[in-house]
Amino acid sequence: MAQTTTKPRSFQEIILRLQNYWAEKGCAVMQPYDMEVGAGTFHPATTLRSLGSRPWAAAYVQPSRRPTDGRYGENPNRLQHYYQYQVLIKPSPPNLQDLYLGSLQAIGIDMDLHDIRFVEDDWESPTLGAWGLGWEVWCDGMEVSQFTYFQQVGGHDCHPVSGELTYGLERLAMYVLGVDHVMDMPFNNPDAPIALKYGDVFRQTEQEYSRWNFDVANTDMLLKHFEEAEAECEAILSQDYDDPKTGKRIVMAHPAYDQCIKASHLFNLLDARGVISVTERQAYIGRVRALAKKCADAFVQTEAGGWAAE
Amino acid sequence: MNLPLPIAQLRRKATDMPDLLIELFSEEIPARMQARAADDLKKRVTDGLVNAGLTYAGAAAFSTPRRLALTIEGLLAESPTLREERKGPRVDAPEKAIEGFLRGAGLTRDQLEERDEKKGRVFFAVIEKPGRPAAEIVAEVLEDAIRNFPWPKSMRWGAGSLRWVRPLHSILCILSDEAGAEVVPMDVDGITSGNTTQGHRFMGSGRFAVSGFDDYAAKLKRDHVILSAEERANAIWQDATNMAFASGLEVVEDRGLLAEVAGLVEWPVVLMGEIGADFLSLPPEVLQTSMKEHQKFFSVKNPKTGRIERFITVANRETVDHGKTILAGNQKVLSARLSDAKFFWENDLRVAKAGMSEWTERLSNVTFHNKLGTQAARIARIAALSREIAPVLSVDPDLAQQAAQVAKADLSSEMVYEFPELQGLMGRYYAEAAGLPQAVANACQQHYAPLGPSDDVPSEDVSSIVALADKLDTLTGFWAIDEKPTGSKDPFALRRAALGVIRIVLTGDMRVNLDRFIDSQLLKHHITQSDADGADLAALNDMLDEIADHGVFGAALETVLAKLAPDAQAKVQEVAAPVPDISADLLAFFHDRLKVYLRDQGMRHDVIDACLSMPGNDDLTLLVKRARALGGFLTTDDGENLLQGFKRANNILTQAEEKDGVEYSFGADVKFAETDEEKALFAALDSAEAQIAPAMQAEDFEAAMSAMASLRAPIDAFFTAVQVNSDNQVVRRNRLNLLSRIRVICLSVADLNRIEG
Repeated sequence: MAQTTTKPRSFQEIILRLQNYWAEKGCAVMQPYDMEVGAGTFHPATTLRSLGSRPWAAAYVQPSRRPTDGRYGENPNRLQHYYQYQVLIKPSPPNLQDLYLGSLQAIGIDMDLHDIRFVEDDWESPTLGAWGLGWEVWCDGMEVSQFTYFQQVGGHDCHPVSGELTYGLERLAMYVLGVDHVMDMPFNNPDAPIALKYGDVFRQTEQEYSRWNFDVANTDMLLKHFEEAEAECEAILSQDYDDPKTGKRIVMAHPAYDQCIKASHLFNLLDARGVISVTERQAYIGRVRALAKKCADAFVQTEAGGWAAE
Repeated sequence: MNLPLPIAQLRRKATDMPDLLIELFSEEIPARMQARAADDLKKRVTDGLVNAGLTYAGAAAFSTPRRLALTIEGLLAESPTLREERKGPRVDAPEKAIEGFLRGAGLTRDQLEERDEKKGRVFFAVIEKPGRPAAEIVAEVLEDAIRNFPWPKSMRWGAGSLRWVRPLHSILCILSDEAGAEVVPMDVDGITSGNTTQGHRFMGSGRFAVSGFDDYAAKLKRDHVILSAEERANAIWQDATNMAFASGLEVVEDRGLLAEVAGLVEWPVVLMGEIGADFLSLPPEVLQTSMKEHQKFFSVKNPKTGRIERFITVANRETVDHGKTILAGNQKVLSARLSDAKFFWENDLRVAKAGMSEWTERLSNVTFHNKLGTQAARIARIAALSREIAPVLSVDPDLAQQAAQVAKADLSSEMVYEFPELQGLMGRYYAEAAGLPQAVANACQQHYAPLGPSDDVPSEDVSSIVALADKLDTLTGFWAIDEKPTGSKDPFALRRAALGVIRIVLTGDMRVNLDRFIDSQLLKHHITQSDADGADLAALNDMLDEIADHGVFGAALETVLAKLAPDAQAKVQEVAAPVPDISADLLAFFHDRLKVYLRDQGMRHDVIDACLSMPGNDDLTLLVKRARALGGFLTTDDGENLLQGFKRANNILTQAEEKDGVEYSFGADVKFAETDEEKALFAALDSAEAQIAPAMQAEDFEAAMSAMASLRAPIDAFFTAVQVNSDNQVVRRNRLNLLSRIRVICLSVADLNRIEG
């Protein structure tokens, strides 16, 4: 494992190195999904592509939003908007742990000085109807990644099994760069003519969104949007597979799934506004899960989902 | 290498008895599953071998985060040949019978033997099952163990269908004797067995071959893996305590954490770090919980101040900088975690000092159970009941009510949201910060007690009252909606709640009639669930007041109904009518739990039954007092003989009553007594009665029973000398009525009919 790498100097350099590393290992480097999601797992490149029999390998950054985690930019490491780095490989290769450790080395973590541990942490997403077994990966006691072998997504058994890696980029980068407060972290090269820190980019937005998320967001509107997204998702999925206009078989799994993502995020916003009681919470999660399951059912009826015309 | 005992003792094997070494190497096995998995591997493999005829001298299993290992010494090199003889039909039997016999034995006619028996010449089949080499059996048994391993949770990986706890990478399986080691060939879903493994993930030197268990353990150690979990745990504890001691500190013992940490490392390296001064003001429980839950750190305490000042972390490797980087990293993570905890603590203190109303109000948005309303409604019920119970312990009802109102406020706090296991404890801290009376603050923590059969009951009266009210409200609530425990299912821990009530009442020697509290609380639940409003609701609330004042449900109902016009009674009837049956059912549940509890303390079940059927059985303290006195009495010679006397009297009496169709219950007169023994019994009964009645009045069961004991001799003498069924009907009737006095006296103390023997 001994291989020396130079230390990265900025947040973006760490991201670029991960992109290069996983590109070298053969992943399709994709771009973030263009919708508000709570985690990289929601990107259809993970949720939907983990279904069905076709092999898949993708890596991407996903901006993620967790309204309840907003701290007005004051907490050293809690943010309502942050980046996740996500890798999904199907079937999971036998050397996935080694590949993963190689990625840590690539971003400047010296394996000879640090204590890397795989600590049991089973993953479950009640909203996606998904679960898997794996670990949280610790570097010197800090959780730097989530490592999961998907067993079920949208109620479907995963066959073959996908290996999923999720890096919390801010936390990981702060550790590698030796920064104590996320807002102090160099975003670009600190020697650049216009050197920007994470706070220069995101402090203001953290404040703005924290205020909106917690106190201002119009809950009646959010609720209405939730119901609309739910209804649209169901409406899309109730269409015939055969498109009457083109005469082709077009299962609209992705547009339906977009509505499911929307509903999920709206639920998170409602939750942050504190208008959802404990019992209602379960009911809302159940409604989103029902959508996710239907989308998964539809996806396996598509070519990418392994469906083949007789 | 220190071998575990069973192996070290068994160095006396014959040369033809090989040793077996198995290692299943995988990705990281969850720490909590390792020990059990090692045991399961040992059991499944050794059971399988023995079932196939392969006995062995000794076996031991081991686990590390990445491997399960099993060594078996002195295995048979092959299973013994089995010979079986079967007697068949006679040689002149019909062809069909002979064919059937051949089919069953799997032989042909020329393989059969013929022997002369008494009845003639008979076919015999001699079936020999040749022994099989150990390797063949081991491969079968191990494959079966792998495929059917009882992991609590297992998974698939890649494109395969094999299940294991995490991806399984290699199987080491060798049989070794003095001639050398041989791989037991096998293939499980593409994983072929071999004789190689690897050491530490980061400190190891790649794959290596092993020739037997000693070689395996030694090479693992060379490659920085301590195979035995116990050895790892001991090393951790030793180093941790030494390190703390050197700084004048001590490690807070935590066996569960030690076992878990020993399952997270193959090469433990203990490091001690500082907790930032900023955080030392946090409650020690918060420090300890945060460090343990999030980071698996041990707490290190200063014995002089009792404060937790440092932490111990256990790394999985040595480094050239002696762990400096690792410790710095861990320290940083801890600071971030404790910053969060401090943030919660300070926010919570602000709310607490403002009187906690923000929290209690929020509980009205939190559902306790969808049929039992919100947490706020539940707290209001508990507070009202606490008021009612308070006089039993001579506690100010206002104080009890206040305690109940804030006892669960901390459920809304940020700290409890983050660390649910700190509920109650945080409540105490926050109530103290709010300046509430100490008894109220303590109730916040103690009212959850007892949490299990060995957990202490609350030590203070106010806490006991809220604890009782809380548990009674929960029990009556789930009884009201018919969500009672069934079989092994008790999702709301109702058995635990009932046992809690029993233990609080008995430990506190509390004299409380549970009936009235159960009735009123059940009625409250029924009112909540009904749609009663207006005058109906007012009448039902009246009824609650009546029960609170007089304690009798039926009378309360009548009083309330009497005030209503006949056509306005329906709703009240409808809501209140089911209460007595449900109440009786819940009391029976308490009695069941009480029986289990007393039986565990060695009390005879028939003694308990004898007391359960006496009046006032909703007063558990009285019930147990009676049972203890009776249990003690029955162990004495007098008690045992008196019981026999009672049974004899009762039998004779019952038979006579059945035969005559009358009840002999009074009218025995000494003037019809014929013998001295008979007269003596009259006198003894008079004197015993005079003592028993006041003793029972005073609930002095010992005194009552010792007075009963004085009857033993006169009863014995009576039965020896007197024939009850005299020809003289007057005398006979008088004697039967005399026996009835024995029965009445005995039954006034307990239902002796239920005593066995």
